[in-house]
Amino acid sequence: LFPGAGGGNDIQWCFSQVKGAVDDDVAEADIISTVEFNHSGELLATGDKGGRVVIFQQEQENKIQSHSRGEYNVYSTFQSHEPEFDYLKSLEIEEKINKIRWLPQKNAAQFLLSTNDKTIKLWKISERDKRPEGYNLKEEDGRYRDPTTVTTLRVPVFRPMDLMVEASPRRIFANAHTYHINSISINSDYETYLSADDLRINLWHLEITDRSFNIVDIKPANMEELTEVITAAEFHPNSCNTFVYSSSKGTIRLCDMRASALCDRHSKLFEEPEDPSNRSFFSEIISSISDVKFSHSGRYMMTRDYLSVKIWDLNMENRPVETYQVHEYLRSKLCSLYENDCIFDKFECCWNGSDSVVMTGSYNNFFRMFDRNTKRDITLEASRENNKPRTVLKPRKVCASGKRKKDEISVDSLDFNKKILHTAWHPKENIIAVATTNNLYIFQDKVN
Amino acid sequence: QDTQEKEGILPERAEEAKLKAKYPSLGQKPGGSDFLMKRLQKGQKYFDSGDYNMAKAKMKNKQLPSAGPDKTLVTGDHIPTPQDLPQRKSSLVTSKLAG
Repeated sequence: LFPGAGGGNDIQWCFSQVKGAVDDDVAEADIISTVEFNHSGELLATGDKGGRVVIFQQEQENKIQSHSRGEYNVYSTFQSHEPEFDYLKSLEIEEKINKIRWLPQKNAAQFLLSTNDKTIKLWKISERDKRPEGYNLKEEDGRYRDPTTVTTLRVPVFRPMDLMVEASPRRIFANAHTYHINSISINSDYETYLSADDLRINLWHLEITDRSFNIVDIKPANMEELTEVITAAEFHPNSCNTFVYSSSKGTIRLCDMRASALCDRHSKLFEEPEDPSNRSFFSEIISSISDVKFSHSGRYMMTRDYLSVKIWDLNMENRPVETYQVHEYLRSKLCSLYENDCIFDKFECCWNGSDSVVMTGSYNNFFRMFDRNTKRDITLEASRENNKPRTVLKPRKVCASGKRKKDEISVDSLDFNKKILHTAWHPKENIIAVATTNNLYIFQDKVN
Repeated sequence: QDTQEKEGILPERAEEAKLKAKYPSLGQKPGGSDFLMKRLQKGQKYFDSGDYNMAKAKMKNKQLPSAGPDKTLVTGDHIPTPQDLPQRKSSLVTSKLAG
């Protein structure tokens, strides 16, 4: 545990903001399904089960008070995807946004990719703060003037207007996935990106929507032989030829697109050997990797499986270099977690900007951080009870067995409906976004 | 006795024994293909537009037999109709996060 009032380099996390409805009756559409900061950290996007995207923008420096960083306020919101029914395949297509990924900013506008199970869309978010006024032939309301009344020439000029933020879909990348898309990742060349479904990975060019290249295909000739699916994929942050994909069997494959057009044969296979005598019915299920993320440096990658977070050195395939237990106490609850389907929950994970701390969510609205240098970890809770800004969050502790100490919570009291699956860390600062089922919490480190 | 020891030492094995006691018919292969197939089939509904349109053509003036209380049941007498499919409305309401 971080000591409560740690000195030196220990971070003290404080509540900053919470977004979303207070009521307990959560509509399905309001369930948050993805959270992502943009490259500067100025913008924070969320996607939900109802296919909507909400983007928050951080207040600029000169407006904020000295004891806190800028708040995030709504910048833009739009309907990204709609529910569809594929009559040909008798398939219902959910509008739920599975992932959002930001493009690096090239000009005044912002661009992001959002995807549901089948279709990826490129959205342009642009600001309009002036409009032309004083047309020669039109009234201000748009009606055309009677030409006979026009006696002088008037040239329109731009005048300021209230800021309007517009989102428009610029590209729609459709019909390339038979199975359900779980990941999208923008290449470091900023021209191409990959999309991955359960069995295939496709490479796209951001400008071209009618063609995509299949780069990984693990579909067996006979579906009866299916033993493994793709669970996540990501491009390397610096090497534009390298990407990784994780599987439901706990393996990660690194592929080099220079080696061949179809990267079915991996360049590296990362897998931790398992003691066969420890194997149980649950082994494969809990080894399934729900998220894979490269470190900013590109030297490491992190994987999340049901009970742990593992850090892998790309130079070492046979085992992770670090393993952090997220909620090991759940190992003796696997039977009921299987019965209520929680064992299939897909938790994500993220790095801080300097790759020194990693974070992931858990149940009971708890989330965990692991400091790779000090080897200390902390459990915090996203709750409206700690609502006052700049209130330092109190560390939480789960009592696995035996006598429960004061302030500890027993495993049986955990609320498994309160899951934190999605978290994001500002790329440069100690600001984190944590999504509970339908609320978005923003926490910051204490600034003195 | 060795298995008993193992179950004591490994909470996972104890949990497995619990599960097998509750569901003795649970598949022999540990957590494998059944889950994967279920995952791949997510969203699958059964509606055949050919059947539906042919039936409509045959019964021009009559109502099509619609689903009974159990809407997912597909029998020889009943053809799933678009009305049987759960209504999918797009979210016209703004997200509460933006509220």
